[in-house]
Amino acid sequence: MHEADLPALHRLMVVARRLDEEAIALQRQGVFPAYAPAKGQEAAQVGSAAALDLTRDFAFPCYRELGVAVAMGVDLVGYLATHLNVWHGGLYDPKASRLAPFNAVVGGPVTHAVGWAMGAKLDDTGGAAITYFGDGASSQGDVHEAMNFAGVYRLPVVFFCQNNGWAISVPTAEQVAGGSVAARAAGYGIEGVRVDGNDVVAVFEATRAALDRARDGGGPTVIEAMTYRMGPHSTSDDPGRYRTLEDERAWLDRDPLTRAAALLSADEVAAAEEHAATVVSGVRDGLLALKPPPAEELFSFVYREPTTALLEQQRVWKESLDA
Amino acid sequence: MPEFSLQQALNLALRHACEDDDRVLIFGEDVGTLGGVFRVTDGLRDKFGEHRVFDTPLAESAIMGMAVGLAVAGWRPVPEIQFDGFSYPAIDQIVNQVARMHYRSRGVLNMPITLRLPSFGGIKAPEHHGESLEALFAHVPGLKVVAPATPSEGYRLLRQAIADPDPVIFLEPKSRYWHRETFDPTEPAEMPPPGTSRIARPGKHGTLVAWGAMVARCLQAAELAAEDGVELEVLDLRWLKPIDTDGLARSVARTRRAVVVHEAPLTAGLGAEVSALITERCFADLRAPVQRVAGFDVPYPSGALEDEYLPSVDRILTAVQTTLEYRRG
Repeated sequence: MHEADLPALHRLMVVARRLDEEAIALQRQGVFPAYAPAKGQEAAQVGSAAALDLTRDFAFPCYRELGVAVAMGVDLVGYLATHLNVWHGGLYDPKASRLAPFNAVVGGPVTHAVGWAMGAKLDDTGGAAITYFGDGASSQGDVHEAMNFAGVYRLPVVFFCQNNGWAISVPTAEQVAGGSVAARAAGYGIEGVRVDGNDVVAVFEATRAALDRARDGGGPTVIEAMTYRMGPHSTSDDPGRYRTLEDERAWLDRDPLTRAAALLSADEVAAAEEHAATVVSGVRDGLLALKPPPAEELFSFVYREPTTALLEQQRVWKESLDA
Repeated sequence: MPEFSLQQALNLALRHACEDDDRVLIFGEDVGTLGGVFRVTDGLRDKFGEHRVFDTPLAESAIMGMAVGLAVAGWRPVPEIQFDGFSYPAIDQIVNQVARMHYRSRGVLNMPITLRLPSFGGIKAPEHHGESLEALFAHVPGLKVVAPATPSEGYRLLRQAIADPDPVIFLEPKSRYWHRETFDPTEPAEMPPPGTSRIARPGKHGTLVAWGAMVARCLQAAELAAEDGVELEVLDLRWLKPIDTDGLARSVARTRRAVVVHEAPLTAGLGAEVSALITERCFADLRAPVQRVAGFDVPYPSGALEDEYLPSVDRILTAVQTTLEYRRG
């Protein structure tokens, strides 16, 4: 979308929220071994991803980017298949969808965005890269190295930090020296902005501005979207050990969905919910229908050109099946 | 025919790779203006421009991460990490990202990355400037590992590595950078398939298996042994992953004795893998257990002690003697 379209953004957020809830339900029902909830971060994820131009941009996620996948129109069964544990990177096509494979290494993909942005700049495609990471990942050397590279080369890349307040159990105050990820941008000679990460329009506009600047040769931007992870880090986590219910309740008032819905008509909200229910039901059916990959695929995709040793191991494995 | 040092041969290979494929990008610390601390990238920036040959900030992890992103964008990155010991800060990118992206993406994203890594000891360098990491990289699914032994091999193997659609860790024996050899780089027939070994010297009384700088040392040992009538075959493995198991088995089945020689520490080194492969394939042919001559299980020592650490001709010949004198109990 070219301009912030609140009804459309809200609709995407509702899909992300309901799908997130469904994913938790699937985990509780024993379908997903584990899941990393994104509840509370819908505005940051949807607002930023909706600003991308999918004909030329490319996104590099970590592992909590369901809203990004929703806004980018990624095959959601394929995206959530990662949590179903059928294939680590997910079953969606990263090339066609412009979303790199699901990545569990925080910080690692941030450098990939820099490399991709250099490639796009050399090809003069006008494409920009966006990379998603959290306040915890911002402590990683890779993030600093990436920002420095991008600053030196003036690359078209947007570093999108979702500061959700918690790196599992460690609060931002104990994670980020100085308390701000955006402030670090100045040290790399690049733009740094902080945005209300629960305001989907504000996020969209900040990201759109950063992407425009990147395309115009204005270099990279660090966007720090201040948001809140309303749920646990993962379905195996117990936030009760490190934060209070009062804290969590205080953030309920800032729920990005409630805030967007307050600006819309009851009909628009109802239609969005209806749409989300349809999407969720389709994705649920799709996930439940997914079969594990053929065991043979254990050996596929390790190399473009498989090694003799690997083919030999595959042959031995196959023989052991037939025996 | 022209004469090349290994460093010049690698430079020529990079030059030809850039000429043949305009998606090849060369980058790393000091590879541009300086032409690399070993001058392997000398003159390339002037010839191909600062967009295709460029210096990076000093950050190994980002160098490799950048290679991943460039590969996603359809380029063919040939990064350099200046010295082997400094690849450790990039291990996460190499192991968790470079090696796995093709698998993770179910074959959609290709990683035709060649990491050039000046490797091994023998030049009495400071700490971290001489390491033997081949077993570490060979252990990682998704990576291929190559170590050339001579200038002509360096030229051909680097061309092959860059053309390979998968990530290749290219270990350049820095103690051999200035070794010279006459060869014709335009000779296309001399390009054996990837994953094959090479008989550097034929022999019949035993096989010395080596790679990188140790090939030259094994040739010295074979030369001396020949004076005593012992004809040793020297097998240059070249590809450390995939290993040419057939070539290895053919040689050892014929000579019936094997000594594996490498610079890396003995324990869990690649010698153990080679030894196991030989045993699996040639048990009935072997006249003696496979011997290993390796570095010791100590950190790569400083220059003053390096000669004690590296496999010497004497240590190699002693191991050969052990296999020759072996008697079943």
